[in-house]
Amino acid sequence: MEVDLTVTGHRILALTGPSGAGKTTLLRQIAGLAMPESGRITFGKDPWLDTANGIHVPPQQRHIGFVFQDYALFPNMTVMQNLEFALPKYHNQELIGHLLEIAGLTQLIDRKPHQLSGGQQQRVALTRALVREPDLLLMDEPFAALDPDMQLQLQDLLLRLRRERPFTVILVTHDMGEIFRLADQVAIMENGRLIRIGSPAEVYLKDQTEALFIYGEVLTLERTTEMLTVHAWVDGKIRQFTVPTHWGVQLQPGTKFTLHYSGADVEVRILKT
Amino acid sequence: MDPQPLLLTFKLASITSILLLVIAMPIAYWLVFGKFKGRGVVEALIGMPLVLPPSVIGFYLLLAFSPSHWFGAMVEEYLGIRLVFSFPGLVIASILYSLPFMIYPIRAGLQSLPASLREASYTLGKSEWQTFVKVLLPNCKPAILTAFVLTFAHTVGEFGVVLMIGGNIPGVTKVASVAIYNEVEALNYPAANAYAMVLFAITFVILLLVYSINNRLLRVRQPA
Repeated sequence: MEVDLTVTGHRILALTGPSGAGKTTLLRQIAGLAMPESGRITFGKDPWLDTANGIHVPPQQRHIGFVFQDYALFPNMTVMQNLEFALPKYHNQELIGHLLEIAGLTQLIDRKPHQLSGGQQQRVALTRALVREPDLLLMDEPFAALDPDMQLQLQDLLLRLRRERPFTVILVTHDMGEIFRLADQVAIMENGRLIRIGSPAEVYLKDQTEALFIYGEVLTLERTTEMLTVHAWVDGKIRQFTVPTHWGVQLQPGTKFTLHYSGADVEVRILKT
Repeated sequence: MDPQPLLLTFKLASITSILLLVIAMPIAYWLVFGKFKGRGVVEALIGMPLVLPPSVIGFYLLLAFSPSHWFGAMVEEYLGIRLVFSFPGLVIASILYSLPFMIYPIRAGLQSLPASLREASYTLGKSEWQTFVKVLLPNCKPAILTAFVLTFAHTVGEFGVVLMIGGNIPGVTKVASVAIYNEVEALNYPAANAYAMVLFAITFVILLLVYSINNRLLRVRQPA
């Protein structure tokens, strides 16, 4: 993996790209949960990682919030206990009450995680990550398992929490709607490299009225002499498209690919997974 | 029936299980999360009592515990405890003999927890120790309970090792399993039967309790 990435100010950066591109790995390296072979990570003026100089600040001291894909709520603790566990010693207990109120969790404080719905669990996870008042919130596909309504509610909650107290967010996501609703910046990764970065409008819309990035997986193929008709699984739907056979793209059922369509130019790339 | 061997058995099993619980938790943690080479060697050593005849373990312990061996001599000189044919010796032997019964279930319990629980705790600023005590251990309660009871039951059922290093001194090393053997040798079947029935009944009740508690704990974990 080779990535050079800078996030400025209290922005929301969306990391996107096909599965296996290295998004989650990058996020875990920023958190200190995984070690890159070599590299440097700095937060403001603080070096968090500098393999050349043997610096590796453990996750405990990076002052981050991390929201896991599976929420990672502690099953042995109630909602309240989960939040209290996160609260550093001698910190103000009032913050918890305040966050609970914003997140609409006040009624649920005595429940255990298994007594909550997915959306409620995610709200607890997000709230818990903010109890330490981190300057950087890392989120790994936080809303992917929720239904669209709940996704909107949670995205809205994230924005409201940020209005209360600004912090930087790096968010791994596959959801184009989410990128445009939340992100100030989007970075597209592929095969462990950053291939584009900019505002969502710059990355996806600039100079192109019909630009498209499609990530998908091939389901079936039909070959004629001229054309290749592909049925693919794209964003939870089956889509059909046709490409000229002479492109010689090595597609097979199961192949994961990116299709970049910019009006005049179409390019299909196959991804190693 | 003389209740002394039974009481001694349960005393031995209780002390062994409690000590072993304290010893096994850090070892299990270390086996699952520790970064070191030669894990295989350590795991194999811990598992030895599962496959070795108890008499082999008993034999080597008898040699090591004897006052003419450096280990036995050292313990006797510095701690004033003679390990052969004594209760402390039985406790140490039982701990070694039941090691895998305590460590393996706890290790399996720790392994079955999602990595994200540990990582979430780290990102919330908690140390490895705080994470272990407040997050990991409470969430493998069923495994710890199973480990404790298996160890207890295994120690109750110990025979070969006890006979090798403890003999059958009444009130000191003569546990129920040895008493049963003695009674049978003396053709005193009713007495043997009495001891055996009590062991049978008590172990059955303990296992029954554990499985019902574990089933309840596991049911609670299911999503609503």
